[in-house]
Amino acid sequence: MSEESQRTEQTERREPILEVRDLVKHFPLTQGVLFKRQVGAVKAVDGISFDLYPGETLGIVGESGCGKSTVAKLLMNLEAPTSGTIRYKGEDITKLSGRALKAVRRNIQMVFQDPYTSLNPRMTVGDIIGEPFDIHPEVAPKGDRRRKVQELLDVVGLNPEYVNRYPHQFSGGQRQRIGIARGLALRPEIIVADEPVSALDVSVQAQVVNLMERLQDEFGLSYMFIAHDLSIVRHISDRVGVMYLGKMAEIGSDEEIYEHPTHPYTQALLSAVPVPDPEAEGRRERIVLEGDVPSPANPPSGCRFRTRCWKAEARCAEEVPLLAIPTPFEKAESGVAHPSACHFAEERAAVVAA
Amino acid sequence: MTLLEVRDLHVDFHTRDGIVKAVNGVNYQVEAGETLAVLGESGSGKSVTAQAVMGILDMPPGRIPKGEILFHGEDMLTMSKEERRKIRGARIAMIFQDALSSLNPVLSVGYQLAEMFRVHQGASRKEAKAKAVELMDRVKIPAAKARVSDYPHQFSGGMRQRIMIAMALALEPDLIIADEPTTALDVTVQAQVMELLADLQREFNMGLILITHDLGVVADVADKIAVMYAGRIVETAPVKELYKAPAHPYTKGLLESIPRLDQKGKELYAIQGLPPNMAKVPDGCAFHPRCPVARDVCRSELPPLAEVGEGRGSACHFWKETLGE
Repeated sequence: MSEESQRTEQTERREPILEVRDLVKHFPLTQGVLFKRQVGAVKAVDGISFDLYPGETLGIVGESGCGKSTVAKLLMNLEAPTSGTIRYKGEDITKLSGRALKAVRRNIQMVFQDPYTSLNPRMTVGDIIGEPFDIHPEVAPKGDRRRKVQELLDVVGLNPEYVNRYPHQFSGGQRQRIGIARGLALRPEIIVADEPVSALDVSVQAQVVNLMERLQDEFGLSYMFIAHDLSIVRHISDRVGVMYLGKMAEIGSDEEIYEHPTHPYTQALLSAVPVPDPEAEGRRERIVLEGDVPSPANPPSGCRFRTRCWKAEARCAEEVPLLAIPTPFEKAESGVAHPSACHFAEERAAVVAA
Repeated sequence: MTLLEVRDLHVDFHTRDGIVKAVNGVNYQVEAGETLAVLGESGSGKSVTAQAVMGILDMPPGRIPKGEILFHGEDMLTMSKEERRKIRGARIAMIFQDALSSLNPVLSVGYQLAEMFRVHQGASRKEAKAKAVELMDRVKIPAAKARVSDYPHQFSGGMRQRIMIAMALALEPDLIIADEPTTALDVTVQAQVMELLADLQREFNMGLILITHDLGVVADVADKIAVMYAGRIVETAPVKELYKAPAHPYTKGLLESIPRLDQKGKELYAIQGLPPNMAKVPDGCAFHPRCPVARDVCRSELPPLAEVGEGRGSACHFWKETLGE
């Protein structure tokens, strides 16, 4: 057994730190100025369940509009879900408010995509990283804060003397390090990172990915790593979930998703990623999907992917496929035995993963 | 004759902090039907070079103190404004990264496409509109006839980029410059758009300059590649050879920093440090503060783009070592 599958098994036996069940977020569409009537809803997230285990990285991939960022906001309690539960160590955080919510929030922090707009240009780096201590003074007493901030700067690989500089004096990669330092300030257990490297230059992306991995080992963090770059997600994740139009299409260990994808969308997504190797590029078979992602305000009936799927049949329009291990693979030994929401789930030989 | 040849091009910008040398002696060539990929990070000068070729550089603050841009053997930098205007759009066309901000939001896409024919060819409104529909068909926009009067916001990102491609193709140019054409798109849509662009290029035997930072897209479509760093070309090569054996430590570092299967759970290779501030480019080789093989000579002497093989060049003092490993 490979080292990875052992690692996955170990995580499986532990208690999840975060349990998400049937999470739904609909944004109402209204009409009328004075008397607002609801005429529909954007179904951004429409029934999603997953677990996050201590010390693991769960990667979430999907195209724009699939709801991955909304999931991040729901986990952070920045948006209230329409229905469903998010249990943090057994406690449903969607029902919390006041002091109890504040206590939970300390443990779930976020790193944002755009290091240019997520740092206040009029605050010094010291104030930005130290701001969480104003809200949670129990973590660092007043006199101790400057030292703590400098420690954090050191941890993320920035010169501690930069504490009085402003964000515009830093490059994109350095700013992302500041964002990560702020996320770490309260010693959280979970970090939700929404596209943390996509705005960075290629040569700097690897530095930030390495930093995040090092911090995970050092502080025992759990990551929810949202990104559209499939090769980076594979590198950093223990498990990967693929989202499409507000639903989870497929979820499994990195090997199961990348080597044995059984959902047609995952297969198309993997085959569409350009591979930085001209020789492999000529060999592999590419699935080019027709059309665009449908509007989440009016998703297709049944399986949401059916409008772009080459396998779709009448059944796909009527029945919503459930996210479960497909029946033919239930007893399979190889990586195909993982949840996939497709009526016709099967392995495809020619998919070369990124 | 070579379709486009850029010779020793320099571009400066005059700013409050002094003169920023954005492009320092760039040379490249594109033949008809060929795809040249220009790879580089932000600030490497890849887009500025393209803007100089297209003739859309803001001058001032920009200035071209030196260099030639030969299009069909004629230097465009010595041409009059009127002559250049006839080339721009008609013979050399450009596709931009962000289609939404490149299209006029208050005019229908049909009007914007038709404008090309009316301005450059003096076509009547009716003729121009018919041609616009034809173009939208050609870039595979479904129900082109019904959608010709729609506005940019009514199209999805992928469809908008198709309209940009249609606009670039309108006058059947000899050369297309695509500046990060798919960076803003989702992977599945990116694949559609790149396929379309490659098909059309083949059909019309156009030259294509593809500006990008994505090593994957380059491997997919380019014939040859020029890697830029701090305003200079540091490596040129046919695409397959470059991926097999890079001859410059910067290219090598970029290729190695891509996550690969066998590196799972290990630390990724990362190029140390940050891209240089273009107002204060290091002496000698601009890459030396980040380079793993840098020695004294790199700090003082600028390496020339030396020939390291057939059709290959590397601007590194130690290209032999880099290639040899």
